[in-house]
Amino acid sequence: MRFSKDHEWVEPDGGEAAIGITAYAAEQLGDVVFIELPELGRKVKAGEPLAVVESVKAASDVFSPVAGEVIAVNASLPGSPETVNAEPERDGWLVKLKLADPAEADALMDRHAYEAFLAAL
Amino acid sequence: MRYLPLTDADRAEMLAVVRAPSVEALFEDVPAATRLSGDLDLPPHQGELEVERALAGLAARNRAAGAGPFFCGAGAYRHHVPASVDHIIQRSEFLTSYTPYQPEIAQGTLQVLFEFQTQVAALTGLPVANASMYDGSTACAEAVMMAARVTRRRKAILSGGLHPHYAEAAWTLAHSAGVVTRRLPAAVDAERAVVEAIDTETACVVVQTPNVFGTASELGAIAEAAHAAGALMVVVTTEAVSFGLLKPPGAMGADIAVAEGQSIGNPLSFGGPYVGLFAAREAFVRQMPGRLCGETRDAEGRRGFVLTLSTREQHIRREKATSNICTNSGLCALAFSIHMTLLGETGLRRLAALNHARARRLRDALEALPRVEVLTPRFFNELALRLPRPAAAVVEALAAAGIVAGVPFSRLDPRAGLDDVLLVCATETTTDDDIAALARGLAAETAP
Repeated sequence: MRFSKDHEWVEPDGGEAAIGITAYAAEQLGDVVFIELPELGRKVKAGEPLAVVESVKAASDVFSPVAGEVIAVNASLPGSPETVNAEPERDGWLVKLKLADPAEADALMDRHAYEAFLAAL
Repeated sequence: MRYLPLTDADRAEMLAVVRAPSVEALFEDVPAATRLSGDLDLPPHQGELEVERALAGLAARNRAAGAGPFFCGAGAYRHHVPASVDHIIQRSEFLTSYTPYQPEIAQGTLQVLFEFQTQVAALTGLPVANASMYDGSTACAEAVMMAARVTRRRKAILSGGLHPHYAEAAWTLAHSAGVVTRRLPAAVDAERAVVEAIDTETACVVVQTPNVFGTASELGAIAEAAHAAGALMVVVTTEAVSFGLLKPPGAMGADIAVAEGQSIGNPLSFGGPYVGLFAAREAFVRQMPGRLCGETRDAEGRRGFVLTLSTREQHIRREKATSNICTNSGLCALAFSIHMTLLGETGLRRLAALNHARARRLRDALEALPRVEVLTPRFFNELALRLPRPAAAVVEALAAAGIVAGVPFSRLDPRAGLDDVLLVCATETTTDDDIAALARGLAAETAP
């Protein structure tokens, strides 16, 4: 699993990758009440808004840490957005992308680097 | 306190920062023809009495809607507003706190908005309504944008029965957001052409009932066709009193219903401010524009009101807000709510029935004229007439005789090729004498 400075995680699996928000992001947002997911087939570049996570405090864009095409969205989230708080880095995944460049995620932070990044915030 | 304009030194300093040699040079890109040269052509200052006299003279040149026979409708309607409405909206508790900057402190304001929403939901037959929009046309434009967000498609089909100004407002807002509006040809029965215009790229169809020609339509088949293509149906109503008699948009399959609420509680007032009504299916609540007031319980279990789903709004989401509207027509919505409350369900039904009865009387009188053709088959309180000569000229001639005969369609859409069409409207304020005067006037103006 790799991490972005915008607090998204990406877990590549072959030419695909699951994407979500980190436990830190989920905790900062507070109780998530709604998630707006992208349509299938949408192509995104790294850094482009991919989804919107709305909590009781704010509605925040989720930026795609890597480029690719949306091949799946987590269909259980609209009915139970609280999964993003409970399991942000597992069942609370948002989107699966078909990666434009499977090596792109390697440039992101690993967990150790991300934890150091958080500690410095 | 005196207002002190900038000194020459201030100007010089500012010009130096932007590196412009003079104020003239700063504005050189503004075409000369559009720039003011010399002083404004205004008389010198005068005393309060003189100003009042001059303005009263100007005001006397207006002709108030109540000054004689008056048949204008087409989006703005003359109705009786009870004096109690004006009295209540001018209470300082309402008038000075009309916009909730610190919403939860203003529980009374929020309660009114909540009741307004409840009324709008009941009238439109849809479960969720917002705290109001600027007017019917901007509500319509926002509905088009909302449909584009919901369906993730970028094309809206506008019925030829939609008020042309609403179509223009929809285009104005939508085109800059990349949403294409396709307007079908204007026709009394324009709804018939809507179904075949729907395709799989269509975000929504926008249909109006009663339409701008007065035609009241059953829209269920259009809703089915839209839904089968994955599109939404937006239903527009410009005459809110018609809700008292006609089937609500929600019962005809509307996904979004918008309306002009001026008819209830608000005077014509030169065309504004008015109040837009906006309601939708519950599944789309987060894509709705505008403010929403919700009911809740406080820490001690007492009933209270809050602004809800504000995270979608501009003051929090900035440029990514669901919509740029971050306010509502608070005072006009209040007037609407008070009048609705005074009428109640029975009162609204009776008011609507009275309007329809007056319009039938008008239809009967005009149908008897040999050279006037009544075009509208099924109507609420408005009719389209075909005259043997341009309607605008007839309206001008009758205005000179003290009769405001209605709205020439060419006034709304000069390019539709419907210059001979006159739109007329009757409400509870229309008397038998008014109708007789119009019939006499039209008979004279259309004589061979």
